[in-house]
Amino acid sequence: MLFKKLILVGFISLFFSSSLYAADCGPNGQSIRILASDFPAIHAIANSAESNCAGSASEFNRNHTTEARQIMNAAQTPNPAEYTSVIVANSTLVQLMNDGLVRPLDDLVEKYGGHLKSNQLITIDGKIMAIAFMANSQHMYYRTDILEKSGVDGIPATYDEVISAAEKIRAAGIMEHPLVMNLKVGWNVGEVFNTIYLAHGGEFFKPGSAEASINNAKGVAALETMKALVEYAHPDHLTQASDDTQGLWEAGQAAIGFMWGSRGGVILDNEGSSAEVTSNTVLSAAPTVTGGSIPGATLWWDGITIATNVSDSEAEATFAALVSGMTSEMVAANNDDAIWLIDGFKPGPAAAGVSATAQGGAKSYPMFAQMGLLHNALGAELVDFLKGSESAEQALSDVEAVYETAAKDAGYL
Amino acid sequence: MKHSTFLLFSLPSLSVMFLFIAIPIVSVFIQSLHIEHKQVIIVTENCDPFGCETTTAVDTEASAKLKEKAPLGKFNGFKTYSNRMHFAFDEVGEAWKSSDSFTVFTKKLYNYPLYRALSFTLTYTFVVTPFVLFLGFLVAVGVNNLPKMFKGPTIFASLLPMIVTPLVGSLILFWMVDGDGVIGATLQKIFNDNSLSLKASPVLTWIMLMVYGIWHLMPFSFIVFYAGLQTVPQETIEAATIDGASKFQRIRHVVIPHLMPLAIFITLILLMDNFRVFEPIIGFRAEAHATSISWLIWNHLRESAYPLYNAAGATSMVTIFGVAILLLPVLIRTWRDFKEKNKG
Amino acid sequence: MNTKIENKLTPVRIIAFIFVALWLVIAMFPFIWTLWGSFKVQADFFSKADWLNAIFGFHTEKQTGGFFTMDGYYGSWIEEEFWRAVINTSIVVFFTVLISLTFGTLGGYALARSTYRYAFWILMAGLIFRAMPHMTLISGYLQPFFAWNVWGILPTTIIVLVAINQPFTLWMLHSFFLNIPKDLDESAMCDGCNRFQAFRYVIIPIMWPGVITTGLFSFLLAYNDFTVTSMLLSDENETMIPAIASFLGTVQEEGKVMYAVAAVVSATAPLFFFVLFFQRQIVSGLTAGAVKG
Repeated sequence: MLFKKLILVGFISLFFSSSLYAADCGPNGQSIRILASDFPAIHAIANSAESNCAGSASEFNRNHTTEARQIMNAAQTPNPAEYTSVIVANSTLVQLMNDGLVRPLDDLVEKYGGHLKSNQLITIDGKIMAIAFMANSQHMYYRTDILEKSGVDGIPATYDEVISAAEKIRAAGIMEHPLVMNLKVGWNVGEVFNTIYLAHGGEFFKPGSAEASINNAKGVAALETMKALVEYAHPDHLTQASDDTQGLWEAGQAAIGFMWGSRGGVILDNEGSSAEVTSNTVLSAAPTVTGGSIPGATLWWDGITIATNVSDSEAEATFAALVSGMTSEMVAANNDDAIWLIDGFKPGPAAAGVSATAQGGAKSYPMFAQMGLLHNALGAELVDFLKGSESAEQALSDVEAVYETAAKDAGYL
Repeated sequence: MKHSTFLLFSLPSLSVMFLFIAIPIVSVFIQSLHIEHKQVIIVTENCDPFGCETTTAVDTEASAKLKEKAPLGKFNGFKTYSNRMHFAFDEVGEAWKSSDSFTVFTKKLYNYPLYRALSFTLTYTFVVTPFVLFLGFLVAVGVNNLPKMFKGPTIFASLLPMIVTPLVGSLILFWMVDGDGVIGATLQKIFNDNSLSLKASPVLTWIMLMVYGIWHLMPFSFIVFYAGLQTVPQETIEAATIDGASKFQRIRHVVIPHLMPLAIFITLILLMDNFRVFEPIIGFRAEAHATSISWLIWNHLRESAYPLYNAAGATSMVTIFGVAILLLPVLIRTWRDFKEKNKG
Repeated sequence: MNTKIENKLTPVRIIAFIFVALWLVIAMFPFIWTLWGSFKVQADFFSKADWLNAIFGFHTEKQTGGFFTMDGYYGSWIEEEFWRAVINTSIVVFFTVLISLTFGTLGGYALARSTYRYAFWILMAGLIFRAMPHMTLISGYLQPFFAWNVWGILPTTIIVLVAINQPFTLWMLHSFFLNIPKDLDESAMCDGCNRFQAFRYVIIPIMWPGVITTGLFSFLLAYNDFTVTSMLLSDENETMIPAIASFLGTVQEEGKVMYAVAAVVSATAPLFFFVLFFQRQIVSGLTAGAVKG
């Protein structure tokens, strides 16, 4: 893959002298090495960086792998680091920052980032640490035809309304399990708890410390909401993640869903489903709790970072190449691959849910250094409650106990 | 064999094992005795496309200084082994005192990850191993009786459960056992129960995992037994036939004793591999109802953003220790064989 | 065992036939199903509505106009250049098997012929080594490999696969060499050969059956490995199984599952010819490769 592209780029640079490049690629003859996950939006960014700047670099190397998160800390620790840039999301930025493996970008942004929007800059303690280019979040999907048929007025805006709508659909005999959610044990079920807990206004840690604080009234309320929702979900819900919920939706077996915004495009396209489903599917904001105002979702972004352990000129060339790809032309060419944060994005119906959720004031996925440990504990220990073999309080105290053990081992407590 | 010749012959093999397995085992063990230094935490203001939040971050400079002094981390002795993630001695002791019956106690025990994982791992090991041994033997005898031209394709087809990568194999099987999938729907029809779900009930999930395990490992025992059947001395069989021994008697008194050493070899490998069962749990997304020791390691290392090397190390040591106990009878036998061989 | 008496159709033989046929159906059904389904679109093969869609291709006809589609194959082989992964896998598998067997035969032979106590303890250590979960080993390799700049290349992966495969290889070949009478090579040594010559001229010609059986298992291990290859190889050196994994997508992004299905089918097809081609060697290899515990 890479080889062919390199040849192609080589040819292009033979025929056009480098002065023809519009993009400013920073210092010449540097090695640019990128580690990233493997999905279309990231390919789009990297492709456009490569076609702009591979000619002026001595090496342009990309590693798109599903294991990016697993290898990145080990890869970036040696000096020089294996990669000059890692493309991250909220949670993975924390993972790199815990070991001090990303550098502040303020001076580079000043030099090369004139075209970036201010909300693309991720600042931590006043220093720019990453440049975001796309957003994502969970939100609600619903079928207008089924809601209408079962006599639900308007769009359910709170969890209580969702539950009563589900009950009406069931009572009307249309579907036994009208709800789909990503409740697969592990990361997914933990994430569902996070969203509902945030909607209840919960805080994950005691202020200023790494001590967990989820075993409280809000935590119990969040779990009760979850349990009430699960009543209406497919019996196999504890094994279902995005692919399954999307499949159920496309097969017309669900009326209300809480799924990722990034799945909106593929759900609304004309593949794998029937016109009845796609024409009646509407994407809207995640629900709030009754009387609350925070949508039950966590907002996510993906962005670029630059490694600490590389030479300044390599860092500069890498940054220049990557931001040279963040243009409205790139967005125009790949408009439907993601919900871009870059200028020139034309939000279609597939982006409606994420923007409504973000505008409704949903919170970002929490960027605490120790959040991964708590998330993991939630993913493993909430199951007993959802299966009905444990009380909410017991489940939450198990979560805290598991988290505490892990956090002690990792040095946070 | 002289020491020097022995060393020359075995040096390549021993050195790769030493470098890539022995040293890592020692270092993993040492790692399991240490925990990370106290992280220096600072409160920060984070701003992203959606607004600003107050969170915490690690003060990397301060933490790095601590790390420089003692790169392994803080010495913790065997506390990792006894904490809640592993043997949970304190919690179990507490549970024992506060439970008035054994059932209550086991229920409480089940709340701790290692015991939960052990219960499935051991059940799986002791159910799957005998089934694989027995069924593999039957298939081997059956294939051995086939006309020659069918043998090759049959062997290939029998290897398929082992060849098709579990990554996709389990994805497809997972869909098949879904309520809407071909196996799931057929089972619903057979039992005339539309709400039957192999994935939602703990008991059915365990059965499903074990059936998959048997299916996946059958080829191994089949192929080794089949190989063994080829070496059964013809003369003995013919002599037995002439003496009027029935087919079953021949198998019972000639074939099985001949295959005994093989059966022990297979048992050894199967016990070890089944004790480390992992892929089916991920493939069938059975974590809600079944976890295994290897799954715990995976969970420590990969699932949180922060790999817990000490916990993973401790669980790995528990695995090695568990395997050693399981294999003890076989090992003792091998020791006796070895001594006998060298007497003669 | 195919004496004349046994070629008659007795009830016992009929039961045996039926049993084997049943096993074949159970063993092959998922694969045949996958083979058929690889020519369908995802909405059919993984249908949540009705599994009959996977057979009759309701969505396939709607989306592609045909009863069968080559989209999965085209996508994986042409668009995603799956053939690169196939070449990488071939290299990894070839060298892993070759080196494993070379090291394993030498070591196994030495262990089988040594009468000293340490031979026993080496075998025991081998078992303990084999019990070590691979995941822990790999996560320990990462840091040093990156620091020494050997991460991501094929030789590193090959040597790691050889190493973690070595205990099994050693055990199996050791048991096999135990079955070869000691007198054979020892009489050669009396004739003035040294140990190496005895090994070269007496043992090597007769060891192939055992080596082939062991090779088969080394092959399967290297071919199907995910833990090692996914963590230790960079994009351009990626082997088949991680490549297939990357078709599967993530929680947030939809994958190209049908590419993975087509890739699995096309990765298994060459094995079929491999087995047919080497059928005689494998079967005869198995014949003499009987292992002793």
